[in-house]
Amino acid sequence: MNIRKLVTIVDEVLVEMGQPVAPPTRRAAAIAVIANPFAGRFEADLSALIETGAVLGEVLTQRAVAALGIVPEAAESYGKAAIVGEAGEIEHAAAILHPKLGAPMRAVLGGGAALVPSAKKRGTMGAVIDVPLGHRNAAYVRSHFDAMEVSIADAPRAGEILVAVVVTDSGRPLPRVGGLSTAEIIGQDGLR
Amino acid sequence: MPDIELRKRLLTVEEIFHEGGPVAAVPLRRAAAISVIANPFAGRYVEEIAFFMKTLEPLGLDMAQRLVNALGGDPSVVQGYGKGAIVGAAGELEHGALWHAPGGYAMRAVLGDAKAIVASAKKVGGPGTRLDVPVTHINASYVRSHFDAMEVGVPDGPRADELAFVLVMTTGARIHARMGGLAAADIRGEDGLR
Repeated sequence: MNIRKLVTIVDEVLVEMGQPVAPPTRRAAAIAVIANPFAGRFEADLSALIETGAVLGEVLTQRAVAALGIVPEAAESYGKAAIVGEAGEIEHAAAILHPKLGAPMRAVLGGGAALVPSAKKRGTMGAVIDVPLGHRNAAYVRSHFDAMEVSIADAPRAGEILVAVVVTDSGRPLPRVGGLSTAEIIGQDGLR
Repeated sequence: MPDIELRKRLLTVEEIFHEGGPVAAVPLRRAAAISVIANPFAGRYVEEIAFFMKTLEPLGLDMAQRLVNALGGDPSVVQGYGKGAIVGAAGELEHGALWHAPGGYAMRAVLGDAKAIVASAKKVGGPGTRLDVPVTHINASYVRSHFDAMEVGVPDGPRADELAFVLVMTTGARIHARMGGLAAADIRGEDGLR
């Protein structure tokens, strides 16, 4: 794997619509920009990118947790996403994200029963992607449905892939639309 | 005197390993801290605004310290810096200029005796506006390898009645710098220029 750059972004909300948010909600994105080994050609076997996903799942999750300054178990929601540069295909994002990236994420966090929400697209440098977020133990926790917008000004170049992992220690700033709450999580099926 | 109402903070750290050339032994790191605060002067013309610079000093110090912490906690690794401001639509460009003194003061206070002027940029813009924050060497503005800029922005800010203030610190030259000119090793360090 050829990593050109790593970026971490921490987004903290202290006030929302004039109301103090205490403690602040915090979302951290860890992003890698890597060379796409299959840029510009069709390759049937994408296993190299599948293995890349396994490495990035661990490295990026560790970086996001470190950026939040929390113990891994304090993570509440998560998500993942990729933007494939124009000389690649959308399936390259799928190869990184879906087969092997989730397991090391969960290993770093000490568990995660819920599906890791994901998004992918093809895009050029500066393309913006909204990384969908859900509670890591119960996908139906309504207070934690969210998304974090990320972008990197100079990535992805045509032959690159941008891979993002987002970890939070909180839900939305002022959740008040009911639904399943964190206190009601059963935590067995990943849904409730 | 209006207090600072801080709505959100963003902290971005980039680590650059290469840009198509040799992989650097030590990656270049660039960090940006952004604070989105209420603009106490939004929506009307206020003649006397300069007092707010003093109010902003603790915010600047906090942001500068967060940047040093994000780069590992040792101020001596910082080689470049810059600052910027984005003023929401109900404000005027001059509100961005409030950041010049407290932003520069804060970085010098945290970094020690940085001698060079802190390069800056400012604009009026809506949420998601991007700003290219110019970056130069902290002790000698003419160091060519350290001329750079870091693009920053806040997806949901600044709103019309907000200000986004930015500080940037970097740990070295552009990753494949090879354009000659004054080198960091040749800094005399007397006038902040060379």
